[in-house]
Amino acid sequence: MKAQLTFADIDVSVNVPAGIRVIDVSEKVGSGIVYGCREGDCGTCMMEVLEGMENLNTPSVLEDKILRENMAGKRFRLACQAQVIGDVTVNPI
Amino acid sequence: MDAVINAATNREAIQVAERVHWVGALDPQLRTFDLILQTANGTTYNAYLLRGSEGVAVIDTVKEEFADEFFTRLESVADYSEIKVIVLNHLEPDHTGALPTLLQRAPQAQVYISYKAPKMLKALLKDEQTLQFNPVNTGDEISLGDRTLRFIHTPYLHWPDTQCAYLPEDYILFSGDVFGCHFCDTRLFNDLCGDFRFSFEYYYAHIMRPFRKYVLEALQHIEPLELEIIAPSHGPILRDRPNSYVQRFRELATSKLPIEQGSDKTLLIFYLSSYGNTAKMAQAVCSGAETVANVRVSLYDLAGGEVEPFVNLVEEADGIALGSPTINGDATKPIWDLLSSMVMIETQGKLGAAFGSYGWSGEAVDMLESRLRGLKFKVPVPGFRVKLIPTEEELQQCHDFGVQLGKVLTGKTTHKVIDFEDLV
Ligand SMILES: Cc1cc2nc3c(=O)[nH]c(=O)nc-3n(C[C@H](O)[C@H](O)[C@H](O)COP(=O)(O)O)c2cc1C
Ligand code: FES
Ligand SMILES: [Fe+2]
Ligand SMILES: [Fe+2]
Repeated sequence: MKAQLTFADIDVSVNVPAGIRVIDVSEKVGSGIVYGCREGDCGTCMMEVLEGMENLNTPSVLEDKILRENMAGKRFRLACQAQVIGDVTVNPI
Repeated sequence: MDAVINAATNREAIQVAERVHWVGALDPQLRTFDLILQTANGTTYNAYLLRGSEGVAVIDTVKEEFADEFFTRLESVADYSEIKVIVLNHLEPDHTGALPTLLQRAPQAQVYISYKAPKMLKALLKDEQTLQFNPVNTGDEISLGDRTLRFIHTPYLHWPDTQCAYLPEDYILFSGDVFGCHFCDTRLFNDLCGDFRFSFEYYYAHIMRPFRKYVLEALQHIEPLELEIIAPSHGPILRDRPNSYVQRFRELATSKLPIEQGSDKTLLIFYLSSYGNTAKMAQAVCSGAETVANVRVSLYDLAGGEVEPFVNLVEEADGIALGSPTINGDATKPIWDLLSSMVMIETQGKLGAAFGSYGWSGEAVDMLESRLRGLKFKVPVPGFRVKLIPTEEELQQCHDFGVQLGKVLTGKTTHKVIDFEDLV
């Protein structure tokens, strides 16, 4: 299955295999989303989901906790955790 | 004003305000701190004891080796059984070293830490008994009867967990490492100490400057406070003109010279070149970027300058492009020096790019790109390499590379669709 992941900050869309994590694409295309621990712990990779929130996997308990700790609103996810399952547009914060 | 204060004559607490005592420790011999800081005057680990009508609060502790001094001073003004609250403004071991023992002696005390701190606290006190703590955030308050502590979360000044605690009844800000410096003076108060201004600025430059955005956010919370005393966790207690130190932070976090380009985006191109090949490329990149409206481009030969002023320029810029030949399988040292000095400044979200001439293997461009990513630059335009002397056509490609950089900076790129398999 294919999905399209769009990075608004650099205006690039990538056709990706469904299930891939945002982190596995964003650095390769040079989006400004940044990473720290890469394992859902530090909150550095928080990103804004502009469109297609429903096309990301459901956040794990761990991700949910980090999002809450960082007082993230409903539009935010961790790029090192979020998996793309349909068309999504994201932006660094 | 006090006659003579000398914290080295005995190990008693020193009064800071009616209800507040300094119970810290002196470390005059220290010369290197956290591997990255030097100090000509040692440092102090400042801890404070606040007495309210309904209990005592201890604000921060000291480095483990100095625990005895801290406990002796503490015991001179309070009994362990009176301690109701322990506030940790910052979990770094120079302020939490005496915590395990303090908790053994005052097991009834409630520990207050920033809501960002719990996991770090657990990792710092791995072997300790299950620790109870209360996470707090900006605006949260604890009451000690007639005295209150109100928290201000100041993330990344200079750890994710750092916070300040404000005592509104006495207008005292317990600021943690913020407004601190490494300067040990037994006279303790800024109006009595030797000249520590250079230490204050040095501390800012090495500890706070990389987090400029967060400094500005914290100042939004701190500037409105009425302040009679700033009580930091290192160096002199700022009771004379405390606001001037807040104002100095504001100045240090604000760009020095107003730049002329107004709202234009700025691109800095730094290059090095032994035979002029990378230099030619740099000129072509520059001329390309210049064709994009609202972009101001500057070109610098790194061989002709020292790193530090260039770092200051990068701090203010929207993007940088680095040109280096490949020499012995690597980019050249002045470029690495420039990059390694960038930990001093905030680089997240700026545009980064790399290019260069090479002879046969051409590793430099890739290596520079990964380092730029590591520094949290965004690197959307793939690096550009030329084998030996650039041809007219290759110079045109450098020009186009510059155009692309200008377009990314000004948001004029055209939407691109690529397949994942085509990404390297
Ligand atoms: C000035 C300073 C900056 C730090 N910055 C980071 C950081 O950016 N990321 C991180 O994961 N840890 C950071 N740390 C935490 C250290 O990596 C941590 O304290 C570590 O345990 C120190 O190891 P050591 O005892 O071998 O020096 C920082 C520590 C200090 C003192
Ligand atoms: S990189 Fe740390 S949470 Fe994603
Ligand atoms: Fe610190
Ligand atoms: Fe400190």
